[in-house]
Amino acid sequence: MLYREAGQFKTSYSADQAMLTIPLDRWFVFGLAAFAIVGVPLLASEYLIASILIPVLILSIAALGLNILTGYCGQLSLGTGAFMAAGAYLAYKIATNITWMPIWLVIPLAGLCAAAIGIAFGLPSLRIKGFYLAVATLAAQFFLLWLFVKVPWFVNYSISGVPTAPPRSVLGFDVTGATATNEAKYLFVLAFVIALAWIARNMARSRIGRSWMAIRDMDIAAELIGIRPLPTKLSAFAISSFYCGVAGALWAMCYINTVEPTAFDINRSFQVLFMVIVGGLGSVLGSFLGAAFIFLLPIFLNSAPGWFGYSVAGDIITHIEFMLFGALIIFFLIVEPHGLARLWQIAKEKLRLWPFPY
Amino acid sequence: MLMKKLATAGLAAAVAAGAVGVAQAEDGQYIPVLSYRTGAYAPNGTPFANGYVDYFQLVNERDGGVNGVKFIVEECETGYKTDRGVECYDRLKDKNGGATVLSPWSTGTTYALIEKATNDKIPILSMGYGRTSAADGRVFPYVFNFPSTYWSQATAVVQYIANEMGGLEALKGQRFAFIYLDHPYGREPIPTFDILAERFGFTYDKYPVPPATMTEQKSIWLQIRRTKPAYAIMWGWGAMNSTAVKEAANIKFDMSRFIGNWWSAAEPDVLPAGEGAIGYKGATFNGAGTDYKVFEDLEGMSGLSDDGDRGTVLYNRGMVNAAFIVEAVRLAQEKYGKGKHVSGEQVRWALENIDLSAEDVEALGLTGLMPPTTVTCVNHEGTNPAILVQQWNGTAWEIITDWIPAMTDIVRPLIEQDAAQYAQENDITPRDCS
Repeated sequence: MLYREAGQFKTSYSADQAMLTIPLDRWFVFGLAAFAIVGVPLLASEYLIASILIPVLILSIAALGLNILTGYCGQLSLGTGAFMAAGAYLAYKIATNITWMPIWLVIPLAGLCAAAIGIAFGLPSLRIKGFYLAVATLAAQFFLLWLFVKVPWFVNYSISGVPTAPPRSVLGFDVTGATATNEAKYLFVLAFVIALAWIARNMARSRIGRSWMAIRDMDIAAELIGIRPLPTKLSAFAISSFYCGVAGALWAMCYINTVEPTAFDINRSFQVLFMVIVGGLGSVLGSFLGAAFIFLLPIFLNSAPGWFGYSVAGDIITHIEFMLFGALIIFFLIVEPHGLARLWQIAKEKLRLWPFPY
Repeated sequence: MLMKKLATAGLAAAVAAGAVGVAQAEDGQYIPVLSYRTGAYAPNGTPFANGYVDYFQLVNERDGGVNGVKFIVEECETGYKTDRGVECYDRLKDKNGGATVLSPWSTGTTYALIEKATNDKIPILSMGYGRTSAADGRVFPYVFNFPSTYWSQATAVVQYIANEMGGLEALKGQRFAFIYLDHPYGREPIPTFDILAERFGFTYDKYPVPPATMTEQKSIWLQIRRTKPAYAIMWGWGAMNSTAVKEAANIKFDMSRFIGNWWSAAEPDVLPAGEGAIGYKGATFNGAGTDYKVFEDLEGMSGLSDDGDRGTVLYNRGMVNAAFIVEAVRLAQEKYGKGKHVSGEQVRWALENIDLSAEDVEALGLTGLMPPTTVTCVNHEGTNPAILVQQWNGTAWEIITDWIPAMTDIVRPLIEQDAAQYAQENDITPRDCS
C-alpha cells in the first residue's frame, strides 16, 4: 500500500534505464540527500556531525570499496587498512608538496595512487583464490604500513613521524586542519560520499559490474562467455583501492587530523570487512548500513546507560559492550546472513502488501 | 534497494540524538577523563586513572575543592584507541560548562587532539608524553608536556648509561638495543637516539614491537641474545612491558642493564616476571610507595577507588597529573577571581605560569612525588627536564640516583626545528613570548 511498484509504466528508454525507477524510491533518496546536505548541518549538533556522521560516512566509502572487491567481484581482501593508509599518506604528501593543488583534487589523486598500489597487490588474484588470496592481501596490509613508517619521505622527514593534516580550503571554506568547521568538513566528506556511491551504484549495474559478478559467481563460466579475468579482477582491485584510498585520505584529513599508521592497522581491515558482511555483500546500501552499525553500536552501547541516568563504571560498560557486540554479530549472521541490506529489502516487501497481507 | 545511503545518516541521528546530552553549566571545574581500563593497555591505564580520579576526589572532600569550587570528574573509556579518544573528547568537551583541561594519556590521541583542543581553547596537559615539539610554547600555546618530553628523557637515559659506564666517552663503540612499541609513542625518541648515536659514537639496533602482537617477542629477544647489547632501552606500554621483562629474564639478560622509560617501569610490568625481574631499571619522575603525606589524607576518604593500586608507580603518577591540574586551577583563580569557575583559556594561562618550588610541593604534601616545576611561555616542557632512575628489588621500586638532567642543548634545537616545520605546514605564526 505504502510502497508500490504496480501501475508504474515506463514510456521511454531513459526512464527504463534510470538508476531509481520507482518514484517513491527516487523521492526518498533525493529527499534524504537534500536533508543530509541542507538539514543536517543546520540541525545536528557538533558532536553528532564531528564524531558520528563524519567517521560513519568515511567508513562507508571504505566499505563500498571493499564491497566492490569482495561483494561484487568475490575477491576476499584483508588489505583495506593498507589501501586506506596509502591514500592517507599520499594525500598528505601531495597536499604538502604541491601546495597549489586544490584539496578536492588531492584526495582523488591520492585515491589513484592507492589504486595503482591495489593493482600491484591484485596481480596474485589471477593465480590464487579464496582464503589464499586473503593471505596475499594480508601481505599488503603489513608491507605497506611498514613502508610508510620506514620511509620518512612519506611524512616529509617530520621528526615525530605523525604529521598533521595541513589546512586547505574549498570555495573559501576551510575543510581540513584546525580552523575547519565541522559543517564544512561534513559537507566535503558528503560530496565524496554521494559522488562515489552514485558511481558505485552505476558501475554495479553496468557492463563492468556484471562482469565482476560473473567472475564472482563462477570464473570459468565467465571466461567461457568472453569475460577476460585479468582486466576484470584488476579493475575491481583498482576501483576498490581507489575507494579505500579516498576513505583513508578523508579519515586522516577530515576526521582525526593526523596521518597515523595505527589508524589503518589490521583491525581496521577487519572492521571494514565486518561492515561489508553485516551490511550485506554485493549491496551499495549494505555498505552504508554496515558502516553505521559496526561503528555506532559500540558508541551506542557505551553511552546508553548514561541516557537512562545510570552511572556504570567505564570498564564494565566496555566489557558489556564487547559481549553484546559479539552476540549481536552472531545473531545477525544466524538470523540474517545476507546482511542488513536484506532486512531492508524484506521490510519493503512487507510494505508492498501492508496493510493487507495474504 | 538503491542508494539509500543517507538512511545511514538518519540512523545515526536517531542513535545519537540522546548522546548529545544537556550541557548544563554546573558550578564546578569539569574534568573529562579519557581512561582505558580495558584491553591490552588496561594494566597500566587502570592504576593511572585511579590515582588521577582519586586525587580530585581528595581535593573535593578534604578542601571542598579549590576555594570552594569542586571538581566534576567524568570518565570515558577509549581502550587506548585514537578514534575512540577523539569521539570521547567530542562527547565530553562541552559538558558542565566546558572541559577545564584534558589529559589524553595516549600519544596518538594527543596528536589527534592538538588542533581541535587549540581551536576549542581547551588546554592539553600531556604529562611526559605526547608531541615532544609541543614543548615550544610559541607554536603550541595550548599543549603542555612538562615535566619532561620523550626526547629529553631519551638523552637523560643515555646520560645515565654513560654515568654507569664511566663517562660519555665510554659510549664510543658500544652497541645498544632499543625495544619500542611500534606506535607514534614508541617511535617518538628515535630521532634523538640517532643524533646521540652520531654524537657519542655508539650504535643501536631497533626492535619494533607491533601493537597487535605485542605479547610475542621471542624472536626479538633471541636476536638480542645473539647481538649482546651493552644496554637495552625500552619504550613500551601495556602488556608489551611485562612480556619484554619476562623474555629478558628468560634469556638471562642482565636486568641491571635493561632500562625502561617512565611508561615502562611500573608494578604491572615487573610482577608477572617474578624473581626474574629483580634488577630491572626504569626512568621516573615520581616516587613509588605510600610514605608520603598525601596518603595519610587519603585514609578514610569516601568515594575512592579500591586501595589495591595505592602507592604503585602509575597510581602515584596519576595523582601527580591531577595535582598539577589542581594547582593550575588554583593559580588561575588567583588571577581571574577566587572561588569562581575558570575557563579552559584561563587555565591555559595558569599552566604556562606554573612555578612550583620545592617548598610549594612540600606544602601540598607531595614531596618526592611531584617534581618542582617551572613552565614558561616559550618552554612548555618545564625549565629543567630531568629523570630519576629507579630499580625493582622484587617487592618495590627503589630510586637509586639523583636527578639526571637531560641534554637540553641537543633536544631544544630539535624541538624548535620540528615545531617550526609544523608551524609552516599549518600556517601558524609563532606567537611572541617576550
